[in-house]
Amino acid sequence: MTAASLAVQFLNGLANASTLFLLACGLSLIFGVTRIVNFAHGSLYMLGAYVAWSLTQHLSGGVGFWASMFGAAVAVAALGALIESALLRRLYRSPELLQLLATFALTLIIRDAVLYIWGPEDLLGPRAPGLAGSINILGRAFPQYDVVLIVVGPLVLLALHVLLTRTRWGAMVRAATQDRDMAAAVGVNQAILFTSVFALGSGLAGLAGALQLPREPASASLDLFAIGDAFVVVVVGGMGSIPGAFVAALIIAEIKALCIALGSVDLPLLGTVAFPKFTLVAEFIVMAVVLIVRPWGLFGQPQSIQRALNPAEPPSHAAPRWFYWLAGALCFALAVAPLALGETSYALVLAIDIFIAILFAASLYSLVGPGGMHSFGHAAYFGLGAYAAALLLKSAGAPMPVALALSPLGGALGALLFGWFCVRLSGVYFAMLTLAFSQIVWSIAYQWDAVTGGSNGLIGVWPSQWLASHTAYYWLSLALCVAGLVFLRIIHLSPFGAALRAARDNPLRAEAIGIDRRSVQWRAFTIAGAVGGLAGGLFAFSKGSISPETLSVSRSIDGLVMVLFGGVESALGPIVGAAGFVALQDTIARHVDYWRAMLGFFMLALTLLFPGGLAGVWRRRS
Amino acid sequence: MSLLRIEHLSKSFGGVKAVNDVSFALAPGEMRAMIGPNGAGKTTLFNMVDGQLRPDAGNILLNGKSILGLPPRAIFRADVGRTFQIAATFASMTVLQNVQTALASCARQTTSLFRRADDLHRAEAMDLLRQVNMADQAERPCGVLAYGDVKRVELALALANKPKLLLMDEPTAGMAPAERIALITQTRDIAKHRNVGVLFTEHSMDVVFGFADRIMVLSRGRLIAEGDAEEIRNNPKVRQIYFGAGAEPVR
Ligand SMILES: Nc1ncnc2c1ncn2[C@@H]1O[C@H](COP(=O)(O)OP(=O)(O)O)[C@@H](O)[C@H]1O
Ligand SMILES: [Mg+2]
Repeated sequence: MTAASLAVQFLNGLANASTLFLLACGLSLIFGVTRIVNFAHGSLYMLGAYVAWSLTQHLSGGVGFWASMFGAAVAVAALGALIESALLRRLYRSPELLQLLATFALTLIIRDAVLYIWGPEDLLGPRAPGLAGSINILGRAFPQYDVVLIVVGPLVLLALHVLLTRTRWGAMVRAATQDRDMAAAVGVNQAILFTSVFALGSGLAGLAGALQLPREPASASLDLFAIGDAFVVVVVGGMGSIPGAFVAALIIAEIKALCIALGSVDLPLLGTVAFPKFTLVAEFIVMAVVLIVRPWGLFGQPQSIQRALNPAEPPSHAAPRWFYWLAGALCFALAVAPLALGETSYALVLAIDIFIAILFAASLYSLVGPGGMHSFGHAAYFGLGAYAAALLLKSAGAPMPVALALSPLGGALGALLFGWFCVRLSGVYFAMLTLAFSQIVWSIAYQWDAVTGGSNGLIGVWPSQWLASHTAYYWLSLALCVAGLVFLRIIHLSPFGAALRAARDNPLRAEAIGIDRRSVQWRAFTIAGAVGGLAGGLFAFSKGSISPETLSVSRSIDGLVMVLFGGVESALGPIVGAAGFVALQDTIARHVDYWRAMLGFFMLALTLLFPGGLAGVWRRRS
Repeated sequence: MSLLRIEHLSKSFGGVKAVNDVSFALAPGEMRAMIGPNGAGKTTLFNMVDGQLRPDAGNILLNGKSILGLPPRAIFRADVGRTFQIAATFASMTVLQNVQTALASCARQTTSLFRRADDLHRAEAMDLLRQVNMADQAERPCGVLAYGDVKRVELALALANKPKLLLMDEPTAGMAPAERIALITQTRDIAKHRNVGVLFTEHSMDVVFGFADRIMVLSRGRLIAEGDAEEIRNNPKVRQIYFGAGAEPVR
C-alpha cells in the first residue's frame, strides 16, 4: 500500500459516500415524516439508473447527459408522489407489518417491470461528456467524474439544510418529524406535506441511481444491494436524521475504501489477509459497534418503549383432545399417501416443498406472532442452515444425516449472533436490522467464492442412498416438519412462551414482574433461527444444490406472506398459509412469466382491502 | 430501620425539574399517600424507585441497601411490586395466566421450555385472585376486562413476589367511587396482614384522608409537606395549593 493508492481510495470513498448519502437521506427523510420504512427505496434507486440510461440514449452531449440525470430524478420523484398518494396514504394507520409488506410488494412489481422494460442484461451507461478523463493524484489516475460526485454529496446536504431550516415547508417537515400531533395542531396540510416529502426522498434516490450510472451498469439486482446499504446507513446515522445519514455514509464508505486500499496484507500469525473481501463485514461491524453504544444511531433520538398497538390475540391454551386425534389422523394419512401415489408422483415433490415451507413459516411465525418481532430477514437462518448442511457434507465430509442434524446449529449460531443486536431494537428498527443482517449474510455467501461457491453456490448436495428416493425423503421431511411444529407448540405453551408473549403484550409490565425482556426475545430469536435452519438443511438436500438465492430477501418476504396469509393470531396460520402459498406458486409460476409482480399485486390488493390486517378479518369470519 | 429511604432525589427533563431534592423514609407496614397536582413529579419519583429512570442525583435505599442503577426486574426481585398509572397487564392472556406468568417469573421458570405454563402455580394464582376479588373472572382474557378489573389484576401481579414494598401509581384512577374504596380497602388489608409498606398516589381526597397513615405533598417536584391526615389538612402551604386562591380541590 502506497500513499498514492491510499489517497486515491480515500477520494473514491468520498465519491461513494456521496451516492450512499443521496440514497439514504431520502429514506431517512421519508421515515421522519411519514413513519413509513420504504422498502421500495432501493427499487427507486435502481429505476433512477435505468431511466437515466434510456434518456442518455436519446440525449447527447454535456447538456444531454446532465439533463438525463436530472430527468431521471424528476421521473422517479413523480413516481414517488404517485406511490404515496395512491397507495401509502391509505396505510398510515395500518399495522406496521402491513406497511412494510406493501412497500415490499412494490419492490417485486418494480423489479419485474424493470425486467420487462429493459430486459435482464446489465446496461452500461455512457461516460459523462467532458469528464471522461482522469486527474493525477500523486501519480495515480483518479476519474474526473468522481470528483464531481464528491462535490454533489455536500451540496445536497447543504441544500437540504437550507430547505429544512430556512423555508416554511422545511419548518413543517421538522414539526412533523418531531411530533405529528403538534404538526396537525399548527395547521400543516398533511396530504401535501407527505406527498412532497415522499417525492423529494424518491427523487434523491433516483438521482443517486442516475449519477452512479457512469460508474456501474444498471442491473436488476441493484435494488436489494441499495436497500441493504441504505438501511445500514440510516440505522447507523439515526432514523430521520439527515446529518446522521451524511456522517454514517462517510464513515462506512471510507472504511470500505480503507479495506480496498489495504489490499492483501501479510500479517503475523494470520498469514495473507485479503482486506478487500472485508468490505461488507466492515459495514456490519460499524453498525454493530454503533448499535451497542447508541442503539438509536449516531444522531437519532432514543426510542420510547412502545406498547403493542395491534388488538390482542385470544389466550393460548393446549388444544382439546379431539384436536390431537384429528392431527394424528392427518399425519397418518400423509404418511401412507406415498404408498398410494407411487414414487414417481409429482405430488410427492410438491409435498416436500410444502413441508419445508411450513417448517420455515412456523419458525418465522414464532417470532412474528407470539414474539411480536417482525423479522424481515428470516431467510438468513434458513440459508445458514442450508449452507451449514452443504458445507458439512462437501467440505467437512460429514455423512448426510449428521450434516442435516447439525443444520439447525447453523441457523441457531447465526441467530444467536445477530439476534443479540436485533432484540435491542423494536418495531421498524428491528425489521430494518434483521433485513440488513440477512443482506450481509447474502453478500458473504455471494462473494466468498472459495467457501460458498459464490453466485454459483454449491452443487452435489444429495441425501444418503437410503433417503434418496422421493418417498423416503418425503417421509423424512414430514417427520421433521411435524417434530418441528410440535417442538414450537410445546415451547409456545411453556412458561418461556408465556414470558415471550408477556414481553410482547406489555414490555413495561414484563420487566416489572422480573422478566428479562431482551433475554427472552434473544432466546426466541435463536430458537426460531434453529428451526429455520432445519428447514434450510432439508431444503438443501431436497434440491441437491444451494445458491445465495436460498437466503435472499424474497424468501424472507415469502415467509411473511405465508404467515400473514394464514393469520398471525393462530398457530395453525403458518401451516395453512405455507401450504396455500406453495401450492399457488406452483400453479401460477408455471403459467405466468412475471409471477413475482403478480405476487406483489396480490399483496397490495390484500393490504388495501384489509388495511387493518388480515388477522382481524379471519377472526371475524370464524 | 426504614423499609425505603429516599435521599435528596432529583430528576430533570430538559429544563423541568420533575423531582427536586426529595427525601423521606417509609416504614414497613405503613400506608403512605403521595399527593400533588398533575405534573408534580409523582410518577417520575415512582419511575426512579422502580428502576425505570435513573436519578440525576440522590440515593434510594431499600432496607438500607442502595438500589440505584438496578433495572426494574432486579428491583422486583428485591421485593418491590409496582402498579402503573395506566394499568399494565398482558392482554392476550387470561386473568389466571397473567398471574401464573408472574408467579413463574418469581420462581425463575421463564427459561423452562418444556413445562406447561397452564399447569404451574394454579392454586397460588387463584389465591391471589381471590385476594383482589377477581377469582370469578379467572378464565376471561385480560383484553376484554373492564378497566377497574384490569387494575385489580395488576395489583395481583404486583403482589406475586410477596413484596415488602408496593408502589401504586393512581391505583383507583378511572374507577367508580364505591369501587375505589373497595380496592383501597383490599390493599390496606393485604398490606397490614403481610406487613407491606405501600406508597401510593391518589387524587381522591376521601381515599387519601381515610386510608393513609401518613401523607406527603409534592408540588413542582418539591416535597412541601409531610404528616398525618390532621397535619396535612391544617398545613397552610397545602391549603394554598389545594383549596386556596380559587384553586379547586383536585377531583
Ligand atoms: N419522559 C419525560 N420527558 C420529559 N418530561 C417529562 C417526562 N416525564 C415527566 N415529565 C415532566 O415531568 C414533570 C412531572 O411529571 P410526572 O412525574 O408525570 O407528574 P405526576 O405523575 O405528578 O402527574 C411534568 O412536568 C412532566 O411534563
Ligand atoms: Mg402521574
